[in-house]
Amino acid sequence: MRRGILLIESIEQLRFTATVLRKRILSTAYYKKQGHVGGSLSCADILVSLFFRQLSIDPSNPRWEDRDRFVLSKGHTALGLYATLALRGYISEEELKTFDQFESRLQAHPDMTKLDALDMSTGSLGQGLSAAVGMAIGAKRLKKDFHVYCLIGDGESQEGQVWEAANIAEKYKLDNLIVIMDQNGLQQYGWKNGHDRMNPESNGRRKFASFGFETWEVDGHSIEDLVTVLDEVKGRGNGQPKAIIANTTKGKGVRFMENNYVWHSKAPNDEEYITALTELEEGD
Amino acid sequence: MSISVRDQFGKQLAKLAKEDSRVLALDGDLGNSTRLDSIEKETADSFLQMGIAEQNMVGVAAGLASVGFQPWVCSFATFLTKRALDQIIVSVAQTNFDVKLVGSYSGLLTSNTGKTHHSLDDIAIMTTIPNMTVIAPGDARETVAAMKAMHRTVGPMYLRLTRDETIPSFLPDEDFEIGKGKTLGEGTDMLVVTTGSTTYRVAEVIKQMEDVSIAHQHFPTLKPFDKELLIEGARKVRQVVTVEEHYKRGGLGSIVSEILSESLPRKIYRIGVPDNFFGCGTDKELLEATGLSVEAIRKSLIDLSLCKKQF
Repeated sequence: MRRGILLIESIEQLRFTATVLRKRILSTAYYKKQGHVGGSLSCADILVSLFFRQLSIDPSNPRWEDRDRFVLSKGHTALGLYATLALRGYISEEELKTFDQFESRLQAHPDMTKLDALDMSTGSLGQGLSAAVGMAIGAKRLKKDFHVYCLIGDGESQEGQVWEAANIAEKYKLDNLIVIMDQNGLQQYGWKNGHDRMNPESNGRRKFASFGFETWEVDGHSIEDLVTVLDEVKGRGNGQPKAIIANTTKGKGVRFMENNYVWHSKAPNDEEYITALTELEEGD
Repeated sequence: MSISVRDQFGKQLAKLAKEDSRVLALDGDLGNSTRLDSIEKETADSFLQMGIAEQNMVGVAAGLASVGFQPWVCSFATFLTKRALDQIIVSVAQTNFDVKLVGSYSGLLTSNTGKTHHSLDDIAIMTTIPNMTVIAPGDARETVAAMKAMHRTVGPMYLRLTRDETIPSFLPDEDFEIGKGKTLGEGTDMLVVTTGSTTYRVAEVIKQMEDVSIAHQHFPTLKPFDKELLIEGARKVRQVVTVEEHYKRGGLGSIVSEILSESLPRKIYRIGVPDNFFGCGTDKELLEATGLSVEAIRKSLIDLSLCKKQF
């Protein structure tokens, strides 16, 4: 049985939820004076499409054994995930205020030993996809039909382990594994080529395809496109693992944060916070 | 005929995998050396070939453990503990998953493959990781007992195995309790403390040393360490000596020094591999060069016992 308490069917409602999510991300970072804002905003639409539409999950029973698994391999954007979990009813809105705090369940990087809504602990980049591969192999061995979703970063994909994992995903024909790359084109600092900062990983689709994945490339801010592609990839039992390259904008939704690497990890000040909220409200 | 540690490891893991479908063997393309190939031969479905990619192999094990399996990840000790160290810490130890890590070919005896394959720091590395249990059995029979205990105990564990083919099953046949040391012999002059592959060599040395009264303790679990047994043994003697096929720094000698310096200050002599890299050589040549052959250990213990007589 597919469980889906609070699932949202309407694209319009999902869009609205994504805006609310962005506000929660910003208000939490503003309140706590820290957080990886840029990458949380870039994957906000992906998180909403997954948690409010796609994932077979049950917030009242986070450890339900047949649930779809979700691994945030780009663990530094835990802020975006926690804000999503709060909206989805796993944790209270109030608890978001404990983000990054001593002994909080909401550690700066996801810690599954503290929060049972998390399927994996991450934070050291490049590791999540391997765990997701293990979960997907496990699902097949157990003859369970849950899917494993793994959100990776494009910067993170400089880690060789990502491609070690892709190699094994093909070998074990993990068509129950869905990798989503948040391709926002920026990383913490990047490197310089002349005067330009280079894209972290701009050939993700070609590379995943060469590793035997079935691939898609979508606008990672179009809820409609995300929903369509996520519906399409699920249940394609053809033996091929899936990779969705989601083209995104780091800091999406707040113009002065967009495409600016300094917002990788930075909290807005009073003025910036008000400007950001105003923009998001106007964008509704 | 006595079975080697690695042969016994492969046989026992195949047995566990046949009995328990949660048990899986993950190989880093060294199964025919580590004897993980026994699992493929006897219960092929339980064997997962992860290729030459240790970091991913450890991460996959974490994912498998998260959905209820008990993966046993096996490679050469040096590759597993260093190539995939961050993965072991973040994906396995911090999550506290039931993943068993098996470092085969530990120490110097790596079939004449030289410094890249020696593993002389893995005790130091693995015993500093929270949640990690570290076990180094002394013979094939104890390997079986240790593996049974590991199988029934949930949590991340590191099993340090030797490739040494000359060690017979000489330890008493008994149940293995994780965290317990064993007194192999009583004595009043000197306590020799050993683990893993050196326990047999030291037992052979002690047989030859009739003039000195030597107590012998074997610690197959390095973490958690059986402090009480060590302190009780050290209390009865004037000299404590540690012997290990590992760097002197960070291994058994360091563990013993830490415990006794806090609880029962004693002069401790550490016999182990010096702070250097060693190259190719036969097992005999390498053990002699590092002072770990039966003859070299005997000489060190005689020197130490003579030293004692001058006190």
